[in-house]
Amino acid sequence: MKKSQPEIGLFIPCYVDQFFPQVAIATLELLEKLGCKVSYPLGQTCCGQPLANAGYERDTEGSSRHFLELFKQFDYIVAPSGSCVLHVKEHFPKLSDMEQEQNRVHDRIYELTEFLTDVLKVDSLKGSFPKKVGFHSSCHGLRGLRLASSSEMNVTPFNKAKQLLQNLEGLEWVELSRVDECCGFGGTFSVTEEALSVQMGRDRLQDHQSHQVEIVTGGDMSCLMHLQGIADREGSSLKFMHVAEILNQAIL
Amino acid sequence: MSSRENILKAIRGIQRERKELPTLPDFKLEGDLVDLFIRAIQANKGEVMGEEEFNNWVSSCDFHSIISLSEPFQSLSTFELPEDPHHLNHLQLAIIQGQFGVAENGAIWLNDSQLPHRVLPFITEHLVIVLSKENLVDTLHQAYERIGEEHSGFGLFVAGPSKTADIEQSLVVGAHGAKSLRVVLM
Amino acid sequence: MSHPKAASQFLKDHANSLWHDETLWMVREKRDAISKTIPEWEELRNLASQIKDKVLSNLDVYLENFEANAQKNGIKVHWAKDAAEHNQIVLGILREKNCQAIVKSKSILTEECHLNPYLEKNGVEVVDTDLGERIVQFLQQPPSHIVMPAIHLKKRDISALFHEKLQTEKGNEDPSYLTNAARLHLRKKFLGSKVAITGVNFGVAETGEFVVCTNEGNADMGVHLADVHIACMGIEKIIPRRKDLGVFLRLLARSATGQPITNYNSHFRSPAKGKEIHLVLVDNGRSLQLAREKFRNSLKCIRCGACMNTCPIYRRSGGYSYGSTVPGPIGSILSPGLDMKKYSTLPFASTLCGSCSDVCPVKINIHEQLYEWRQEITKHHGEFGKGLSMKLASGIFKSPLAYKISGSTMRKAIKLLPKGLIYNPLNVWGKNRDLPEAPKESFQEWYKKNRG
Repeated sequence: MKKSQPEIGLFIPCYVDQFFPQVAIATLELLEKLGCKVSYPLGQTCCGQPLANAGYERDTEGSSRHFLELFKQFDYIVAPSGSCVLHVKEHFPKLSDMEQEQNRVHDRIYELTEFLTDVLKVDSLKGSFPKKVGFHSSCHGLRGLRLASSSEMNVTPFNKAKQLLQNLEGLEWVELSRVDECCGFGGTFSVTEEALSVQMGRDRLQDHQSHQVEIVTGGDMSCLMHLQGIADREGSSLKFMHVAEILNQAIL
Repeated sequence: MSSRENILKAIRGIQRERKELPTLPDFKLEGDLVDLFIRAIQANKGEVMGEEEFNNWVSSCDFHSIISLSEPFQSLSTFELPEDPHHLNHLQLAIIQGQFGVAENGAIWLNDSQLPHRVLPFITEHLVIVLSKENLVDTLHQAYERIGEEHSGFGLFVAGPSKTADIEQSLVVGAHGAKSLRVVLM
Repeated sequence: MSHPKAASQFLKDHANSLWHDETLWMVREKRDAISKTIPEWEELRNLASQIKDKVLSNLDVYLENFEANAQKNGIKVHWAKDAAEHNQIVLGILREKNCQAIVKSKSILTEECHLNPYLEKNGVEVVDTDLGERIVQFLQQPPSHIVMPAIHLKKRDISALFHEKLQTEKGNEDPSYLTNAARLHLRKKFLGSKVAITGVNFGVAETGEFVVCTNEGNADMGVHLADVHIACMGIEKIIPRRKDLGVFLRLLARSATGQPITNYNSHFRSPAKGKEIHLVLVDNGRSLQLAREKFRNSLKCIRCGACMNTCPIYRRSGGYSYGSTVPGPIGSILSPGLDMKKYSTLPFASTLCGSCSDVCPVKINIHEQLYEWRQEITKHHGEFGKGLSMKLASGIFKSPLAYKISGSTMRKAIKLLPKGLIYNPLNVWGKNRDLPEAPKESFQEWYKKNRG
């Protein structure tokens, strides 16, 4: 990090806060290990994504305003979720009296892996994680934030999470048959289109299983929660870890 | 007010930002045009052959109804072009002169000057297009450049035989039109 | 039927839905492979999108130019404000020509206008000549995919159907054999029709010509043998210059099926001697869509179907689950513009994964428009009633505050209650999925203790 320590605000999505505190802890510890000055502003609520994706963006003014107030003074905002970061960047309703704060937050908010590769300029990390790892490319991070090249496009392939993971000692990166197909979570979709959602999840799991993956990782716990929910119900031995957990565990 | 006026008026009433048309770059191909063209035709389920191979093929086939509109092969014609195109229904082979071919996709340009009946390349059971190696362009961009302002009532890029995959995505060559396409590259 | 209902029905036949998914995925893989052989692929998409931007910003002028040039070439141009007028125009031409049987090649527009039932009601026999369309026509079904109309059927279904309709051998499922039977059957129809109808892929303003693309050659077999060619064209199908065809034809077939070009690409500029070409320009809601700024560029669509092949929902729910003429992602942003109430569940039949937008050759931001339609549709929630499930509006996502409070309640509830008793959305979640194990404390609680 530079000498004048930038202040990083840790944005922890509500469901991570409630269900996956270990992912938030890993994110915090990882950033600290990399020399960052991180704080977690208290009083965070849901960013409003579920409501907006359900068609009620107009009802998220309150939560958006609250978010901007909480985070506006930070130099960077980092979250272990591509989906929620994309929501903050693209789907906050326009708040005419907070345009400046909105622009500032838009330009300073990062998903964890892109913060590591693009801001901290981490090329590769030293550490060890001797497992066969399958990566679930969550759609909002992939095609919204461009955390990796999408398989549809004719561009030079890249993947920011892979860049961080692939040099860990012993880690075997597994290439899937369908590298970036959606898992079927989709927020409220997982409930309103239950049958499709579950089938899509099963198909993703099948891809990982047929490649003898031991640990499924990814940048969004929402997708992993959905996949794990199906895997657990079906008695699968697949394990699920957020990228932050692997990195934090690996680099010691 | 007529529907024409209604539609145009509705469109005119819409606030729209002015946009500019992009200039089109002159994208080209890398590699030998003849090779690329041959591979493209093959991928489209057509065949490319030389003059000799073609002659051998025709003589082995024993066609009794052939129309040839290609000068070097005029003698192969077995009958005159009928006035009514419906009479082409049992035509076994049509030999047509192609104007030029497109290496990127195997498409060959024909227009009314090669097609006294527009249905000819479709209704015939087998289609042969004679093309000079000199007349190959890289991509469709050069193709339309070459067509330029040419004024023909009908123009056709034909790139292969009639085909379909509408039954379980299994490719079948010979749907409604010509069951085969052979390109004689001179 | 709502999309979720139709989708779960489609999924019940697991072997079939798996086949459907894998077959369309294969088409997408072919598209991926061929698009990656074109170094300028992304640039072509940009160009196509920019050309269409220009068209939409200047549509009135281009339409007038197109009409004037087409008329100069001897084409008769008609204008239809809606489906009903389109159908009347077509019937009028048929009556004038005293024609009672026609052949028609693929045209999504005529499907949209429900031309076939209208003509049949008026005593005209309509024969769809694209093989896939003929198959679904025999079954009195609409196409389930805009490029592969019979993709929902298996060869055994088609074999049985052709045995009944075309007297093919019972049990012979060989696609070549079945295709040849259709060839013989349709050849007679081509030879006997005085009028042939086609759709239009592109209309060129600068020349007044229009282009029709097929692999089967059915459009040309029909029109060149008929005396009269009626071409039905949506007003958004205009492109400015002939050379723009280079961009669009390079993208179209590669995106649709992974082939470098369709085998037949016919450019119609004027009728052959002694024949007639009629062109029907149809609005049917397009000028309304043009006026909706957020949804305007859905009109860039060139109907390649790539968004259907890539859509993880479409592949697993089938075309009929959408209940709209154009199914899949593009259909879900076009259809609500025609009837918001009827199609209110379609924009929700998506995870907003964005694959449709990345695959689209004219770069329509399909998934962003799905999001925007959701915002529109919920404004009319009351009127639409149950079509749009109440689950969306109630339950855990009611407000940020409720979410916040329910978070801790929920953690406790999960710990205490048997799965069956947890309230509705979680109930649905739990049908086939476990819930995450509830942790002892939230991150916030941990943070206060450890970093506070």
